[in-house]
Parts: sequence; structure tokens; C-alpha cells
Amino acid sequence: MSGKLFKNFSFFSATISLILLIAIFTTLYYYASDAINTFGFWDFITGTQWEAGEDDEGGIFGGAIPIVGSLLTTAIAMIIALPLALGIAIFLTEIAHEKLIKPVSIAIELLAAIPSIIYGMWGLFYLAPLVQKYFGGAGIGLFSAGVVLAIMIIPFIASITKDAMNTTPNVLKESAYAMGATKFEVIKDVVIPYAKTGIIGSIILALGRALGETMAVAFLLGSVMKFPKNLFDTTTSIPVILANTFSEAEDLELSALFYLALILFALSFIIISLAKFYFLRNKEER
Amino acid sequence: MNRLIVNKIIIALSVFSALFGIGVLFWILGTLTIKGIVSINWHIFTHDLVEKGIRNLIIGQFIMGILASFIAIPVGVAAGIYLREYNTNKFGEILRNLSDVMMSAPSIVVGIFVYGLLVDPIGHYNGFAGAIALAIMMLPIVISTTDSMLSLVPKELREAGIALGGSKHKIILQIVLRAAKVGITTGILLAFARIIGETAPLLFTSANNQYLTFDLTHQFPSLTVSIYNLANYPDEASINLAWAASFILTIVVLIINLLGRYITRNKG
Repeated sequence: MSGKLFKNFSFFSATISLILLIAIFTTLYYYASDAINTFGFWDFITGTQWEAGEDDEGGIFGGAIPIVGSLLTTAIAMIIALPLALGIAIFLTEIAHEKLIKPVSIAIELLAAIPSIIYGMWGLFYLAPLVQKYFGGAGIGLFSAGVVLAIMIIPFIASITKDAMNTTPNVLKESAYAMGATKFEVIKDVVIPYAKTGIIGSIILALGRALGETMAVAFLLGSVMKFPKNLFDTTTSIPVILANTFSEAEDLELSALFYLALILFALSFIIISLAKFYFLRNKEER
Repeated sequence: MNRLIVNKIIIALSVFSALFGIGVLFWILGTLTIKGIVSINWHIFTHDLVEKGIRNLIIGQFIMGILASFIAIPVGVAAGIYLREYNTNKFGEILRNLSDVMMSAPSIVVGIFVYGLLVDPIGHYNGFAGAIALAIMMLPIVISTTDSMLSLVPKELREAGIALGGSKHKIILQIVLRAAKVGITTGILLAFARIIGETAPLLFTSANNQYLTFDLTHQFPSLTVSIYNLANYPDEASINLAWAASFILTIVVLIINLLGRYITRNKG
């Protein structure tokens, strides 16, 4: 009898992810429905105005600027993070002396453990002044946000890529070495092709993380409702506009913010599902 | 000769990447320590935010984190057990993947979802909503750790249990779960370290409180939300307090992390 109860409890617990997922989509849609009915889909994602009406009645809200801002910061972060993360993974799997692997891995994992608000503080007070000194501008802006975001996702990409690379059978590598291949050639022609799906999966997963990351960039992007003019200009992104305007918004503006949250959730859901279902499946069985 | 040079360059770049990663870690920890230590004094531990201290913030953050753990751990471990021990069909596989997807859900969206669910209907921010938001962040991590730790328990242990005539749930609870105890504990510690440092899920759920309170039905003090607010103030004193809070938060998070790793190493 209690066995049955236990099984039922654990089954219910297992369905909680599904329930939460449906609840999140429904709740966000419910609160966003005002904005969805008023602006539709295309007008909203291409609209560049974000202005509340008189006495908070109505107003025009378009999500183009935060959407573009999100995509740009994510793209910059990926461009910076990718080579460095691959370098770290290669270092840990193919180059490092056995005694070095453990401490370096722990250091990289600790980097992933630091709360994102700390990255934000550090970025605002240390990175932004440096960027300002060497590149001009306000210090805060797309580039600074991209760099901090990159530092945050490097450990994710590095750790999954490392695991994928470690699955390469030694026999394959040794055969290549026996043919006279250099370390780089073994990595390029044996290890990376073998670990390809895992690497792509980690990249897509990091993409999803970067897209939704809030606190690290909330200080650094500038939170200004305009398209950036250059790499060092300020702008905003979906998480940043949510973090900075949500608590004061009312009526249609609040609904428009829920709409942005819904778009963000749908985007990251699609990206992460792609990574999980297509590239990282059966990672335990491998 | 050319390919040997290319090889050297790539190795150098790879070593540089690793040095960069370690360098950034020490840079962040170094600045935190320098900024934090000069701002830490006895006053901030004995006073609340209203008197430029962080006592109520530490207590508030901790209470919400513990409450979230009380919700997320039993449900998460049970879900992990279902996925590994009972699940035999395609539906379970889908649930497992969905849980992985939930693990990467944007934290700000989780906060806004809980705002819609538990703050807007009630009419004001409350600490309970904050704990629920943290629990939602924690749950997928606990599920996935339990699932993968149970997968490491050898099949023979389960078979031995069956041979002794144990019923399925007895075998799971008394044999399999015990064998995976250390790994699951580590996973839970890491999950706790993760949520205790979260800010975005709390911004619109618990919000913040300047005073010490244990009333979870109203605005609740939060260390991370305070760091976010304080760092935006123009005055030196507020920013220094933010550094002190950041330093303490990071130390706690990293110690829990290292503790988790230490437990596994000693038992594994």
C-alpha cells in the first residue's frame, strides 16, 4: 500500500516540470494578452517605440530594441567565449599535465558558481572603467555587457565540451599520433569531429543561458531604450528592461513587459530544447 | 616544419585560455576581497539595512533559501527516483528532458511568473513568493542530480534486494538511495549554493525589506536584491555596503561549493 503511495508521489513529482512549463506559458500569456491583442505579433517585435500614454492610459509599446539588444549582447558574448572555452577544454583534455587538470577544473567550476550579481558588481566597478579608459565611451554598453556575459558562459561551454572530448577513445588518438600527426592535428581531425555533437550542444545551451542572463548585464548595458550606434554604445535587452522597469509599470506597459518575458521564455525554450533533444541526447548512455 | 609551428601556436593559445579563466577568477575574487574586507566591520552584522547593516538581509536570504530547499528537495529527489527507477516508457524520457530544459529557464522569467501567480493576486510582494521562485530554480537541479547519481548505483545492488524479497519501494529507499546518498547530498549542496546567490527571481517576488522580519506574507529582506539596489546608489557608504554584502555572499557560495566537492572526494 505505501509502495503504491510512494510510486504515485514520485510520479507526481516527476510531472512537476511539465506542470511548471505549462503554468509559466499560461500565466505569462494571461498577463500579456492585453498587449498581444493591442499590438499583435509583428507590430510588437518590430515596434521601436516604448511610450506610456497620458495618465498611464494606453501607450505604444514595441519590443524591437530590447529584442535586438538581447541578440547583440548574446552574439558578442558567444564570439568572445567560444574560442576561450574551446581553448580551456583542449587544455584540460589534451595538454595539461595530470597534476594540473584537477585544480584548473575546480577553478573553472568555481567561476561558474559565482552569483551573477557579483559579475554585475565587478563589471560595473572594474571592467567598465577599463573599457572606458581604453576604448572611450561611457564604459558601460554592449561591449562591457558582452565581455561579462562571455566570462559567465565560458565555464558552461568548457565543461560540457571537455566531457564530450574526453569520450574520444584513446585508440583513435594513438593511431593518429602513430601516423605522425601533431597534437593540433589530432585535436582538429580526431577529437573535435568525434565530440562534435556535444560541442554544438554546449554552444546552443550557452546561447540559451546568455540570452536569459539578467543580473550580470543589468548594470552594464545602460538600460536605455535606443538602438546602439556602435559596439560601445548603451542599449537595453529583454532581461534588463524587465529588471529595471517591471516594478513601476502598470496596465498596458506591464502587459507589454509580460509579452517580452513570454517571448524570452519561448526563445530560450526553443534554443535549449534544440540543444537537449537534438545534440545532447543520450549523453549518459554514451 | 610549418605544421609544427601551427601546433605550437594552438597549444600556446589553449594554455592562454586556461590562464585567462584562472586569471579572471582571481581578479574577481581579489577585488571582492580587497573591497569587501575594508567595508566589513562588526556594525554591519549587528544592524539591519535601515541602519546601514546587513543582519536582516543575511537572515532573510537564508530563510528563503532554506524554505525553498524544504520544497524542492523532497519533490526533486522523488522525481529523480521516478525517472531512474520507475520510468519505463517514452513519457518519462520526455519528463527528463523537460526537467533539463527547466534548468536553463531564464531566472528573471521565473520571477515574473511567480509575480503573476503569487504577488499580483495577493496584492503585495511577499517572502513566500520569493521562496517559491527559488524552489522553482532549485528543483530541476535536484531532479537531474538524483537521476544521474541513481544511475551510478550498480544493478547488482537492486538485484540483491530483490533476491532478499524486498518490495520495490523498500529497495529504492533502503538500498539504492543509501548507496547514492553522498552524490545526492553533494548535488543538493551545489543547488543550494546556486539559489542562495540568485537575484532575478527575488526582484518582483520577495522584493526587499529594510527591517528584520520573519513574516513571509509581506516584503522580505534579501541580500542579493539589496546588493542590486545599493550598487545603484551614488553614495560611497551604500556602495561599500554592497561590496561587503557581495564578499560575504561569494564566500558563502564558494565554501558550500567546495564543501560539496570535498564530501564527494572523501567518500568517492
